[in-house]
Amino acid sequence: MNMTKIKAATVTLRERWQQLTGLKYFWPVFLAAGLAFCVAADRYDFVDLYLQLIIIYVGINIILTVSLNLINGYMGEFSVGHAGFMAVGAYIASILTVYVFPQNAAGILFPAAILAGGMGAALVGFLVAIPSFKTRGDYLAIVTLAFGMIVKSVLENIDAVGGPRGLLGMEKLTTLPWVFFWTVLSVWVIRNLVYSNFGRGIWSIREDEIASDLMSVNTRQVKIIAFVVSSFFAGVAGGLFAHAIQFINPRMFDILKSTDVLIMVYLGGIGSIAGSVLGAVIYTLLLEILRPLGVWRMVFMPLMLVLLMIYRPRGIMGLREARLFTPLLDRVTEKLWRQRKKEARHAAP
Amino acid sequence: MAYLFQQALNALQLGSIYALIALGYTMVYGILTMINFAHGDLFMVGAFFCFLLAVYLKLSFVPTLLVSMLGVACLGVVIERLAYKPLRAAPRVSAIITALGVGLFLENFTLALSPYPKHIPPLLTNTTWTIGSLSISSLQVLVIALSLVLMLLLDFVVQRTKAGMAMRAISWDKSIVPLMGVPINKIISFTFAIGTGLGGAAGVMYGLAYPVIDPYMGIMVGWKAFICAVVGGIGNVRGAMIGGFILGAVEILVAAFFPSTYRDFVAFTLLLVLLILRPYGILGKPQPQKV
Repeated sequence: MNMTKIKAATVTLRERWQQLTGLKYFWPVFLAAGLAFCVAADRYDFVDLYLQLIIIYVGINIILTVSLNLINGYMGEFSVGHAGFMAVGAYIASILTVYVFPQNAAGILFPAAILAGGMGAALVGFLVAIPSFKTRGDYLAIVTLAFGMIVKSVLENIDAVGGPRGLLGMEKLTTLPWVFFWTVLSVWVIRNLVYSNFGRGIWSIREDEIASDLMSVNTRQVKIIAFVVSSFFAGVAGGLFAHAIQFINPRMFDILKSTDVLIMVYLGGIGSIAGSVLGAVIYTLLLEILRPLGVWRMVFMPLMLVLLMIYRPRGIMGLREARLFTPLLDRVTEKLWRQRKKEARHAAP
Repeated sequence: MAYLFQQALNALQLGSIYALIALGYTMVYGILTMINFAHGDLFMVGAFFCFLLAVYLKLSFVPTLLVSMLGVACLGVVIERLAYKPLRAAPRVSAIITALGVGLFLENFTLALSPYPKHIPPLLTNTTWTIGSLSISSLQVLVIALSLVLMLLLDFVVQRTKAGMAMRAISWDKSIVPLMGVPINKIISFTFAIGTGLGGAAGVMYGLAYPVIDPYMGIMVGWKAFICAVVGGIGNVRGAMIGGFILGAVEILVAAFFPSTYRDFVAFTLLLVLLILRPYGILGKPQPQKV
């Protein structure tokens, strides 16, 4: 098969894909099929448990990545404390299901626990947003870094939640349908947020904070909302994570965890929902596929990351969005803009 | 009172190690405006070089220190050439993520080669002098004195030599300096060599002072040193030294008067407060944004 044939094949494939995704009922069909698969897999166990756990990890990582992308990608800050928010959510949700809720009702109240975990994390996110009014760039990175370490250190010193030994006793409440629900919810909320009128303010902060201030974007409000939404979903992911592996300790949420999420964000590309989803899926699956390599797996993984960054510094999707996630108006505007640029090029001598 | 002096001495020891590592961060930042997150792991590699040389080649202290510094410096230059140079024109975050990747690579590569924590043999006979109730070990004095000598040397290089002048010039304006005939690539390599070499020296000293080393030791120390660099005002060489001593003092004093598990908590909270009060670090100047 020669090069032209391959090219022709990819073009047809792309056209097919565009036809498919252009259809009005792609999302309803996709979501219904996904939900049906998750419920069936959970109920009838035709997918083995190991695979189920990996799918759960993929979902949790998508939530983490998309929510961090809101701050690091769309708002252009550099937050390195995402695992801290996750820890807050994980501990609050676990305390609720283990100690507070009655034993037999934990299953029914599980969504409430996750929600409470998210709320707690959102509250902390609000506190972290306050220093971001004045500090930016590397200094804000330090603030988030210090925050992450403070969370870990506080958890290590509270004996009621096990201190450094960790907390256990959670039932395995995180099931595929729940992960599916929260993943879809987080992607949907963040996608709608960044493409809303208000959300364009988030983009404008990335491009130029002072200019957006002058254009009457309320930058403080925008920052608070972005941090709160992002940390809410990080807390949700933490709660799901805790009830998937049924044991948490403060060291699980250290700087390495934050680094993992950062890598997924930048692997997928900043400022792109599709990129975040891709980054999370690829990173999680690659880590699992390379598992036979043992310790060397973690040697090859960073090497691949470095090579990717050198040859494709913006990540897989960097600042581009899949058609599936862009609003119709944006697509039309971009098309018009491209056309006009083309015309201008032809008009110029 | 003697207790306080004793702790102050410990603080100086820890602080000088932090300061040496922070210098590497701040020098690279000053010249490339890039945070080299692999620096903490280069510090770890320094400690492992020290282990290898001391155990397998049975070198004494001075050659161990010099060879380790040289080895880490070479590694730093190679990393800069292979991983960071292609990214100079790329967005700043890509370089940061690459640095994180290089750091992870160094950690896990070392882990794959030596899965167990290693113990560095005592390279020097450690004598302890007692003055009143104050006890000073020769190792402590050596670490503090050596760090001070290295820092003075660095200050001399940066402020007084031609290469140092070129470094400062590049950190002012990277686009115009090459036009003046400054070999920018050479200067950047030189900066990396010095910065990582100091990190390697810190690794050796850390290994002597706290002899159990493992591949993940660089993470925490590295991030703390980064905090020192930022507290002092990143890009500022003297600020990094001050930041290192401040963090060392805070950590030791907290551990001296509170349960030691509160150390990280208090240290980081203080740093947060400091950053909120002085958002650009102690010696850093706020950079006005032009519209």
